[in-house]
Amino acid sequence: MAEAPVAPPFRILPRVTERNSPFWTGGAEGELRIQRCQDCHEFLHPPAVICPVCHSKRLEFEVVSGRATVFTFSVNYQQWMPGPELPYVVAIVALDDAAPVRLTTNIVNCDPESVEIGMPVQVIFEQHDDVWIPLFEPSAAQAAP
Amino acid sequence: MNTEVNEIIERRVVVSGAGQSEIGRRLHRDPLELTVDACLAAIEDAGLTTHDIDGIGTYPGPMDTPSGFSGAGVTDVQDALRLELGWYTSGIEQPGQLGSVVNACLAVASGLATHVLCFRSVYEGSAQGDKGRAGVMPGGGGSGNFRAPGYMQWTLPFAAPSAAIWIAMMAQRHFYEFGTTREQLAWIAINARKNAALNPKAIYRDPMSLDDYFAARMITTPFCLFDCDAPCDGATAVIVSRADTAVDLRKPPIQVEAVGTAMRGRPSWDQWDDLTTMACRDAGAQLWTRTELQPSDVQLAEMYDGFSFITMAWLEAMGFCGRGESGPFVEGGTRIARDGELPLNTHGGQLSAGRLHGYGFLHEACVQLRGEAGERQLPGDPEVGVAAAGGGPIAGCLLLTRSR
Repeated sequence: MAEAPVAPPFRILPRVTERNSPFWTGGAEGELRIQRCQDCHEFLHPPAVICPVCHSKRLEFEVVSGRATVFTFSVNYQQWMPGPELPYVVAIVALDDAAPVRLTTNIVNCDPESVEIGMPVQVIFEQHDDVWIPLFEPSAAQAAP
Repeated sequence: MNTEVNEIIERRVVVSGAGQSEIGRRLHRDPLELTVDACLAAIEDAGLTTHDIDGIGTYPGPMDTPSGFSGAGVTDVQDALRLELGWYTSGIEQPGQLGSVVNACLAVASGLATHVLCFRSVYEGSAQGDKGRAGVMPGGGGSGNFRAPGYMQWTLPFAAPSAAIWIAMMAQRHFYEFGTTREQLAWIAINARKNAALNPKAIYRDPMSLDDYFAARMITTPFCLFDCDAPCDGATAVIVSRADTAVDLRKPPIQVEAVGTAMRGRPSWDQWDDLTTMACRDAGAQLWTRTELQPSDVQLAEMYDGFSFITMAWLEAMGFCGRGESGPFVEGGTRIARDGELPLNTHGGQLSAGRLHGYGFLHEACVQLRGEAGERQLPGDPEVGVAAAGGGPIAGCLLLTRSR
């Protein structure tokens, strides 16, 4: 896994709650954690209180691979707020081993204009205080020159 | 699901009046005053007085942030005009901005009110001041110790605070799946600007060419500046009345033929099942189950363009073209022009006439159906129109007719 940038950009952080905490803190162990129903095995995101498929309340966070595919993206040139250097890529990625979960994220460590739909990416984490923001970079095979 | 419907209850209802305040990029006027101006204009237009109004429906109700998003709520207007209400509602969890009008239709049809004042008021132009869009971003642009709650936690940490980015990603996916292009998207903006030239209240009225479009600065791919609507100050109001009061009204009313409010997918900007579609897919489909009319009967379409691509999604959702075919449909601008098969956003939309946030489309549909649009009045005495608002997982629409 690539190291997080030395000086990460300003980010508005999520309000960590009992329900979402495993997602936002999994990066401390380098883990992307997605909630899953222990009865019907549906992956759930955002974290839920009940499985919407089978109504089970046996929900646990499981570690997933962090491999994903760019489902769609936008290269942002507008300064909306203090944040990453412009332009930066906002993407929705589909998790390869936790369908149907998608995550809105940033694609980092690559030329923003090189990002394409279908591109394989891999999670990295950027720590801010008590949260680890899951970002994605081109997967190793993809990034090799 | 039981699809048997005994009565299309919205048909007990008409739109009896429509009004607007002064509209401008930055008016620096009290937003409640703008709201009241629009309300009184609509009441007068209907031939009613404030004593006749016994209901209020509005979107989104009082909201402090984002600044400029809501100029007035129910109680502000009730007290300003001392209205005696049999029914009222506001809120942001509605089928789009026009969901508040649908609610009013249901209230009137059910007998809780006879004449409902519906309004939407914004002052985003003044509110953002010289700080641009950053001046009204959620979370105060990250000031203080703000932490993103609820759905915002899935967007703000990724520096994605604007619907521009979320809708841009839907457009990008549509480009990928259907081969849609920026040049096609441009015609939504160019068409709006062309129409705005005939609207004295529009914010931007100078002609725009395809070259102008491509020369504009990029906001968030594939959207350039001209794909994004123009924040403004202004208020719009309509009066929803019981159809059997029509004899007392000043003008022939507009009949509500059918409404659409459905949201079948997940209420999410990234978990929504098919990100080349929006909730308008469901609202549009529902609307056509409530009428014998067909998409081909529609003579004018006033459909939300907070971002250009949203109108493309509405074109597909309402069945004006096939799924994925909105790009070719708008290309060249011929079909959607004033003299085309489906005149679109004849006041200039929010892209050029200003971000009145949903209600501007309904106002324009009413004005056109009454033949009161002045220089921009469509020829041919149109009788059937659509007003639609909302983007992403939010949508509501009305099919309106004159003298059916």
